[in-house]
Parts: sequence; C-alpha cells; structure tokens
Amino acid sequence: MHAIVVKDLHKKFGDQVALDGVGFEVEEGEFFGLLGPNGAGKTTTIRMITGVLKPDRGSVTVQGIDLRKAPLQAKQNMGVIPEVGNVYPDLSAIENLDLVGRFYGLDKTTRRSRAERLLVDLGLSERKDDLLRKFSKGMRQRVSIACAMVNEPPVLLLDEPTEGLDVMSRRLIVEKVRELNKKGTSVLMTTHNIEEANRLCQRVCIINKGKVVAFDTPERLRKTVEKIQTIEVAFDRRIDPGILEGSNISKVEACGDKWRIYTEDPDKALETILAVKEREGLRVLSIATCGPSLEDVFVKICEVPR
Amino acid sequence: MSYDIFARAVWVTAQKDMRIYYRKAPVFIFGLILPTFLFLAFFVGRELDVELYFPGFLAMSLFFTSSSVGPLIVPWEKQAGTFERLLTYPVSIATIVLGDVIAGAIFGIIISSIVGTVGVLLLGLSVESMAILILAFVLGNICFAALGVALSAPAGRVPANIMMLAALVRFPLIFISGIFVPISEMTSPGVYITYVSPLTYLVDALNQAMGQAYVFAWYVDMLVLGGFALAFIISARYVLTRKSLKGL
Ligand SMILES: Nc1ncnc2c1ncn2[C@@H]1O[C@H](COP(=O)(O)OP(=O)(O)OP(=O)(O)O)[C@@H](O)[C@H]1O
Ligand SMILES: [Mg+2]
Repeated sequence: MHAIVVKDLHKKFGDQVALDGVGFEVEEGEFFGLLGPNGAGKTTTIRMITGVLKPDRGSVTVQGIDLRKAPLQAKQNMGVIPEVGNVYPDLSAIENLDLVGRFYGLDKTTRRSRAERLLVDLGLSERKDDLLRKFSKGMRQRVSIACAMVNEPPVLLLDEPTEGLDVMSRRLIVEKVRELNKKGTSVLMTTHNIEEANRLCQRVCIINKGKVVAFDTPERLRKTVEKIQTIEVAFDRRIDPGILEGSNISKVEACGDKWRIYTEDPDKALETILAVKEREGLRVLSIATCGPSLEDVFVKICEVPR
Repeated sequence: MSYDIFARAVWVTAQKDMRIYYRKAPVFIFGLILPTFLFLAFFVGRELDVELYFPGFLAMSLFFTSSSVGPLIVPWEKQAGTFERLLTYPVSIATIVLGDVIAGAIFGIIISSIVGTVGVLLLGLSVESMAILILAFVLGNICFAALGVALSAPAGRVPANIMMLAALVRFPLIFISGIFVPISEMTSPGVYITYVSPLTYLVDALNQAMGQAYVFAWYVDMLVLGGFALAFIISARYVLTRKSLKGL
C-alpha cells in the first residue's frame, strides 16, 4: 500500500490554472519532497491532500482511504503543517497540543504525556504555559510542528516547515521529523531549500506551472543534467562577467565573491578562463569544479525561457 | 460516514469555541451589554406592565446573546490564520458549523437561564409551563446561534465588519417580532410581517410558557424555530463550502 496516492489533480481559480494534472505516489515510510518555484502549485496540492481544498478533477488517497469518500477517516491518519496555518494565539502551548489531541480523539493521559514530551523535545518545556501570542515566530512554528505530531500519524505533510527559521530551530524541527521518519512515518515535505531536500528526501517530485516536470531520486535527477558542470572561480578583483562568456561557457553567474561558470566542457572552459586571466592580469584566489547540484537540476527544469 | 468521528469533531469544535471566544470583547458588548441597555432604554422609567412584557424582553436578550458568538468565530479564525489548520484536523465544514452553533447556543442558554431565573425570583413572575420554557430556551438558542453563524459565513477576514453587519440584521428583527407590541394585539397587515421573523415564534412560546396571551400552539412555535435553525445551518454550510472551493 502507498502512503499517499495523488492522481491527475486539476484545479482552476477563476481563469488561473493552478494544477494541471498533478499525479505521484508516496511510498510507505518514504521521505518525499515536493519542489517547485513560487506559484508552481505545491501548496494547492498539499491543500487537496489534506482535504482543505477540493480538486476540480482527480483523486487523493491517504493510507488507502479515498479523501473524497471518507475525508474524516483519511484526515485521522495525517499530521499537517499548512503553509499559512497558525496555532491558536489565545491558548498556551500545552493547551494547543491538548486541543489537537482532542480533535484526534486521544484520551487525557495520552494527550498529556505526548504534549509534555514533544515540548521537551522541541525545547519549549519552560514556556509551555505561556500564551502563544507571546511567542516568537520560530517558537510558534515549533508548537505548530508539535501539533502535527501529537496524534503520531502514519503520514506527515509539511508545507515549508522551516521557512524563516534560524539554524537551531530548523535543525530541531528537521531532526524531529527525521526521527519520526526513521520510525516509519511517511513524510511529504515542500521546501525552497533544495539543499535540505537533497539531504532529507529519498525521492523528489518537481512541479512547475501545475504540472509534474521531474520525479525521481535526487541522485538520478542530477544524472539527467550531468552534462552541465560548473566551475567556481574567485579572482583578486571584480570583473565584468561578459568577458568570460564564450562558445564553451553557457552562463556566468555571480556567487558571493566568486563566479560560477556553467559549461558542458570543463576542459575548454578552463582554457578560456586562463586566457582571460592572462589578458586582464588577474590572480586566481580559488578554483573548483563541481558536478550539477540538485539546485542546478531544479533551475534547468523550471527555467523560464527568456 | 463514521458518526463517532463526526460527533467528536462537533463537540471538540464547540469546546474550542467556548474556551477561546466567550472571552472576546464583542461577545460581551453585543451579547451582554447591548441587551442590558436595550432593557434599560425600553422598560425602565416607564409604567409598563412587567408581567406582560417580560417574556418579550427575555426573548430579546436570549436572541442577542445566542447570536453574538457565531458571527465572531469563522472571521476571527480566518484572520488569525487558524481556520486552514482547523480544516486539516478530522473535521469538515459541517462539523465546524455545528460546533460553532452549539457553542453559541450554550452561551445563550447559560445567560438566558440567569436572566429568566432573576426575572422569576426578583420580579415574582410565575412560570405556567416549565417544559415549554425549557424547550423554547433550547430551540431558541440553537436557532439564533445558527443565525449568527450563518451571518458570518459570507464574511471575509475582518471580524469587526461582520459584527456590524450582524447588528444591522439583528436590530430590525426585534421591532417586527412582537416584543414591543404583543402579536395578539396586532391587526393585519402588520401582523404578517411578524410571521417572517423567527424571533416572533420565540416570543410567542415564552408568552405561553409564562402565562401571557399567545397566538400559536407551542409545537408550531417549536417547529418553526427548528425549521429556521435547520435553514440557517444548511445555508451556513453551503456558503462556507462554496467559499472554500474558491480557496478559503
Ligand atoms: N486562493 C487562491 N485564489 C486564487 N488563486 C490561487 C489561490 N491559491 C493559489 N492560487 C494560484 O495557484 C497557483 C499555485 O499556487 P500555490 O500556492 O499552490 O503555489 P506554491 O507552489 O505553493 O508557491 P509558493 O512556493 O510561493 O508557496 C498560483 O498561480 C496562485 O496564484
Ligand atoms: Mg506554497
């Protein structure tokens, strides 16, 4: 059985096509990434899986339960962090968790013990009785992730769970999700942090303009654009990137104090770079060649033709 | 459809509403202070027959109290961003509407019971039929709590706006419901207008319960109140579902 099966989802908002036949399945126990540029339809897809939004066409099943036929039972199996879903600011951390536990039908002792443990794990036990309106964004987000976990769901759906958080909060949350995934929870996560997706996800699905454009393991996706290599080079002073562009260099990109040079032929590109260095009297401070990153795959696949 | 999850969703929603929204300022203002001022404005200092007018006043206070919680909840949750999260729990629009109605009705039942008890003890009024009184309290409160929820369904994210709108809808109703002029003394065609207002039937039932002149049999009053309640609940669910299809 698959944890999540999404088939041929279509959704229009007025004339705006948000989803145009999105379909994929998430294996049981898998850590699955849903990637795509802004407005690709990730949140719309998650809203349909979580029963917040109804598709115009297509179907969703979670743990074998059809969301259209039995929405309440299907939702009973999920823990969700929606993109814009807040916890209750008028309740304390512990009261929020208790309320969520009630919605999932947990008994009082289970609610108590799970809430206490989650708050300890997420570093909030000292503030557990404070109203959430007094919490910072990152602390609220930690309560939010705890809320998605109190029912110990077989399926977790996370829409940009680490958006806007500091490194410590992000690690806390990622560690917690990872821990649950190791225990067998299936996870579907969207993120704009491609490096994070690369590290965490067993498979990723990239959608763009409401359509699935790539669907594989991060490693295999990288292979599809293997041809493209990058050279990162730092010079001792700023240059006009135009002077580097030539027949065997497809793109030059500023990357902090370095230049990232895209090429299909690193050997020839290197010659060009050295020729420029000689001609302009530059000094090379550092140079490195890299294979394509998942980010490169992402950019290539979702590139808007200019 | 599994009824245990459904019932749980309704009841936990109501518990949440009671915990969070009973404390909100608009509930106090529109639900408690406003009817008190109306009472002072219309009844105090005039030589009115308290026995004759008390059922009407009781109906009016019940009406304002029970319909004060509902308009607040959904707009407030949409503004705070908690509504979308709520929908991801094992609930549906229908259970949310029912839960909100129950929360509003319980608030109304508590307050109107206090008002009723005070009236009976302090003013020395008598109750003719306790059964009709209790039935009228329950159905009346459910009906007007449902009205409050239905009023908020088309609203966006600004609670203040909808509270104003709700007040605008509720005020005219108290003038066409036989509170200030008993229906039994009205003549046509004026009396037909009162038949449109659900509040009329509550006033009528309370009149009967407290031994005043009434027009309809008690079960007619209850049927009409129940019918209105059902219509409000169904329309609230319909409108909220329609809106959520367009993306909340
Ligand atoms: N409620 C709505 N009303 C109208 N259009 C909407 C609504 N929600 C989404 N859309 C449109 O649907 C498309 C997909 O939006 P969606 O929020 O799913 O994107 P996303 O992939 O989550 O983007 P982001 O990375 O910015 O979160 C966009 O073009 C958006 O304008
Ligand atoms: Mg999004």
